[in-house]
Amino acid sequence: MMEEVKPEFDSDKAAVLVNELRKTFNSGKTKSYEWRISQLESISKMIDEKEKEIVEALRKDLSKPELEAFLSEILMARSSCKLALKELKQWMMPQKVETSLATYPSSAEIVAEPLGVVLVISTWNFPFSLSLDPVIGAIAAGNAVVLKPSEIASATSSLLSRLVGEYMDKSAIIVVEGAVAETSALLEQKWDKIFFTGGARVGRIVMAAAAKNLTPVTLELGGKCPAVVDSNVNLQVTSRRIVAGKWVCNNGQACISVDYIITTKELAPKLIATLVSVVEEIFGKDLMESKERSRIINSFHFKRLVNLLEEDKVSNKIVFGGQREESQLQIAPTILLDVPEDSMIMQEEIFGPLLPIITVERLEDSFAMINRKPKPLAAYLFSDDEQIKRKFVQNICAGGMAINDTILQVTVPTLPFGGVGESGMGSYHGKFSFDAFSHKKAVLYRSFAGDSPTRYPPYTPGKKKQIKALLSGKLLNIMLALLGFYKD
Amino acid sequence: MEKSIAELRETFKTGGTKSISWRKSQLKALLQLINQNEDSIFKALDQDLGKSPVESYRDEVGVLKKSVTYTLSCLEKWVAPKKAEVPLLFFPAKAEVMPQPLGVVLIFSSWNFPFTLALDPLIGAISAGNTVLLKPSDLAPACMSFLVETIPKYLDNKAVKVLAGGADIGERLLQLKWDKIFFTGSPRVGRLVMAAAAKHLTPVTLELGGKSPAIVDTLSTTPSKAKVTAKRIVGGKWGPCTGQACIAIDYVLVEEKLASTLIELLKKTIKRFYGENIKSLKNISRIVNKHQFQRLVNLLKDPDVADSIVYGGSVDEEKLVIEPTILLDPPLDSEIMSEEIFGPLLPIITLKNVEESIDFINSKSNPLVIYAFTEDETFKKRILSETSSGTVTFNDSMVQFLCDSLPFGGVGQSGFGRYHGKYSFDTFSHEKSILHRGFYPEIEPRYPPWTDFKLLFLKLAYQFDYFGLILLLLGFKRS
Repeated sequence: MMEEVKPEFDSDKAAVLVNELRKTFNSGKTKSYEWRISQLESISKMIDEKEKEIVEALRKDLSKPELEAFLSEILMARSSCKLALKELKQWMMPQKVETSLATYPSSAEIVAEPLGVVLVISTWNFPFSLSLDPVIGAIAAGNAVVLKPSEIASATSSLLSRLVGEYMDKSAIIVVEGAVAETSALLEQKWDKIFFTGGARVGRIVMAAAAKNLTPVTLELGGKCPAVVDSNVNLQVTSRRIVAGKWVCNNGQACISVDYIITTKELAPKLIATLVSVVEEIFGKDLMESKERSRIINSFHFKRLVNLLEEDKVSNKIVFGGQREESQLQIAPTILLDVPEDSMIMQEEIFGPLLPIITVERLEDSFAMINRKPKPLAAYLFSDDEQIKRKFVQNICAGGMAINDTILQVTVPTLPFGGVGESGMGSYHGKFSFDAFSHKKAVLYRSFAGDSPTRYPPYTPGKKKQIKALLSGKLLNIMLALLGFYKD
Repeated sequence: MEKSIAELRETFKTGGTKSISWRKSQLKALLQLINQNEDSIFKALDQDLGKSPVESYRDEVGVLKKSVTYTLSCLEKWVAPKKAEVPLLFFPAKAEVMPQPLGVVLIFSSWNFPFTLALDPLIGAISAGNTVLLKPSDLAPACMSFLVETIPKYLDNKAVKVLAGGADIGERLLQLKWDKIFFTGSPRVGRLVMAAAAKHLTPVTLELGGKSPAIVDTLSTTPSKAKVTAKRIVGGKWGPCTGQACIAIDYVLVEEKLASTLIELLKKTIKRFYGENIKSLKNISRIVNKHQFQRLVNLLKDPDVADSIVYGGSVDEEKLVIEPTILLDPPLDSEIMSEEIFGPLLPIITLKNVEESIDFINSKSNPLVIYAFTEDETFKKRILSETSSGTVTFNDSMVQFLCDSLPFGGVGQSGFGRYHGKYSFDTFSHEKSILHRGFYPEIEPRYPPWTDFKLLFLKLAYQFDYFGLILLLLGFKRS
C-alpha cells in the first residue's frame, strides 16, 4: 500500500502562493471597504458559530480551562473584530492636516493605504487570539494575508486552517501550517510587512530575513515582566491581581505575565502568605488536582522549567509549591524567595508557573535591578505612594505598564500594545492594528495661483531675503520681504 | 570608538538627557551654531557640491532653522503624556501614553544635503531625549569636517558625538548595539543596515530613494499654467543639488501629442534659470565626485539613449559638471529607466493617454514621491488610490518637504519609518502605555473558580454591554 506523502511546502510553493496573493491585491479587491467589512463579518460569524470547537482545540493544546479560553482568546478576538467593524469607516478616512505659510496656498492630508501582501507568524500560548488579532488588523487595513500559526499548538493550528478556508476569501487570506521548514520557505519570499509574535531568538531571524527585501516588521517578543510591591497596598487585592496575572493567565506562559516580584524585606513574608492563601482559595488546596489551570504546553518546556527549579542555589529557595507531574505536564504554582540574581531563573524569561520574589532594603532599589535587565514587555507596580508611582513611570522603560493591576493594560483598545528594546518593536490593538498594516501616505495639494518667482533662479540677494522670511514663517517678515523692506 | 559609545550610554543612564531643559538648551545651541556659522556652511556646501548660497539657504540652512524653531515651540506639548480613553468597566482607572527616549541612537546621513540630512534627524533625536552618534557621509568631506569640528563647540559632548570616516567606520558602527538606527541613503546599503540591526533587535528608520515620476497633464489648460508647470518641473529637477536628491523628479510622463510643447517650455525655462549652455552654466550645483560623474555619463553611453537626447548632453569632467539634459523616450529597458538617476538627466516618457501613467508607475517599485500636475479631480483620485508612494504632491514639486505636519518617508523599496515635525520626535521615542487602577471595586469574575455566571459576566463585559451587566448583577439575566 502506498502511503500518501503530503507535498512539501517549499520555497517554490511559497513563491507561487505569494504571487497569487499579489495578483489578488493588485486587482484592488481587498482595498474596498465592502470587502474588508465582509471579511471581518465572516470572522465574527466564525467565532460565534465555532465557539465550541475553538474551546476544544485550546483544551487539547493547553488544557486551557473553558473560561480562560473565553476570557483571553475568544472574547478578545471577538471584541477586536467588533471594534474594527464599528470604527473602520473612521479609520479609513483621510486625515486633514494643517499647512504653514511656507507652502501657502496649499492643503494637505494623510491617506491610509494597505501595504500589500503581509505575513503574520503567531505563537502557541494564545494560539487563537494571537493569530486572529493581527489578521483582523491586516484585513481592516486592506491587505492580503498569509497566517502561519504555531505548530506547537497543533489542534488550534489545524482548526484555524480549516475555519479560515471555510469562512474567508481564499483568494486573499491563507493559512500555511508547518514548522521550521515551512516558516523558512515563507521568510524567503518578498512581503510588504511581516508581523511576528514569539521569542527574541526567532525575532532576530525574522528581521534579518525581512532586511533582504526592506520589509518593515512588527515584532511582539517578551521579557521578564517585573511586579514591584510596596507596603502601603491592600495586600489581598494585590495578591489576587498578581495571581490573575500569573497562574490564571495560561499558567504563567504569557509574554505579559508577572515574571518575578520585587518587594521590601519587611513586606515579603506577609506578601507570600497572602499569595499562598489566594492561590489555595482560587485553585483549591490540592494544587495538582485543580482543573482551573492550563498545563505546560509540552515536554520540552516542562523540562526547561524543571531545570530552572533544580539549579543549585535555587532549589532550596522554594517557599511554596514545587510539585510537578510530567505525565500531566503540570507544575504547581511555585514561589521562590531571594534566588541569586545570576541564576538561570532570574536571567531568562520564565514563561511558566514559577514566581521568584526578590527582596530589597528600599523599594527604590528595585528600579536599578529592573533597569539592569533588558527592557520588558510590561512592568507592574503596586503602590499607594504618588511619588513612587511617578518615579516608576518616569524611570522604568517597558513596552507598557499597569499601576495597581496586571495584564489589563492590553485589553484597553486605546492603548498601543508593543515592546521596546529586546521586547520588540511596533505595536497593535485597536486602531494601532490598522496602523501597523497601513502606509500613511502624505498628500499635498497645490494650485497654480500665486507662483512666486522667489523660488527660482536667478538667485538675487532680494530673493535670498524673501526665502529667509518665508521659511521663518512670520507673516510680517514675509510681507516686508515682498515689499523689499526685510532686513537680513 | 567603543569608548565613545560607552560614554553615550553612561550619559543616557544618568538621565540628564531626559530633562526638557537639557533638550531645549541643546536645540538652542544648535540654532546658535547655524546662525553663527552660516558663511562657513555656505562655503563647505560650495566646496563639496558647488551649491549657491541661495540654494544652500533654501534647502539646508533655512530648513534647519525652521525645524529647530518649530521643535522648540512644540517640545513641551510633545513630551507630555497623552490621555487615552478607558472603558467604563475599569472605573476608576486612568490610561495614558507617555513618550520615552529610546536610548543611544545612531544617525547615518547622506552626501547630497549634508547638513539637512544630518541635523534634521539630530534635532528629532535630541528632542526625544536620546544620546546620539552622528556619522556624516565622507563623500561630502568639507561638510563632514565642519560638523566634526563645530558640533563639539556648541553641543554637550558627552551626549552628542560626531564621527568622521568612510564605509569601514560605518561597518564597525553597525556591529555595535544601538537603541535606534536612522539611515538616509540607498536601498542597497539600507539592506545592510537593517540586517546588522536585526542582530540586536534594533528598530530602524530607512529613508531611501527610487524613481520619483512627474505626471504632466496641465499643458493644454492655459498658457500660464503650462508655464508654471514647466517652471516647477525644472525647479524640481535641477534645483535641488542638480537632481541628486531622493525627492527630485526622476522622469516625466506626458501624452505624446503634448511632448514637444513640454520640451519647448522646459528648454526656455532651463536657459533662463541656468544659462544658455554648459559654458555659461550658473545657479546650479555640480556632481559630487568622479564616481557619480562617471556613473551618469555611462547612463548616456548607450547609443539608443544617446540618440534620445533632445537638449543638453554636454559634460565637463574637470569641473564635474553635466548640463541639464532632456531625453525623449529612451528605451524603457535601458539603465537610465531602470535605476534611480540621481543627476541632471531628465527622461520624458510619452504615452498615448496620460491615464496610462498609473500602470507605468506601478510597473516600477514604490517611489518616495509621485508628482502629478493635473486639475482633473477624477484623475487625482485615481492616482491616490491606485498607486503607492511615500508622498503624493499635486501641481508642484519639492515643497512637501517644507510641510512639517506631513510625515516624510517611503514605502516598499523607498524605505519605511518617517520624520519631520512631530514625526521626528516620534521616530526616536518609545510610546509607553500606562494603565492606572485603583484597588476598588474588584471585578470578581476575573478570578476562578469559574462559574456560568462569571462567563456570562465576561461576555457582557467584553461587549461593554453595561445595561446587560446591570441586569445580570440584579439577577434579571440568566445564563
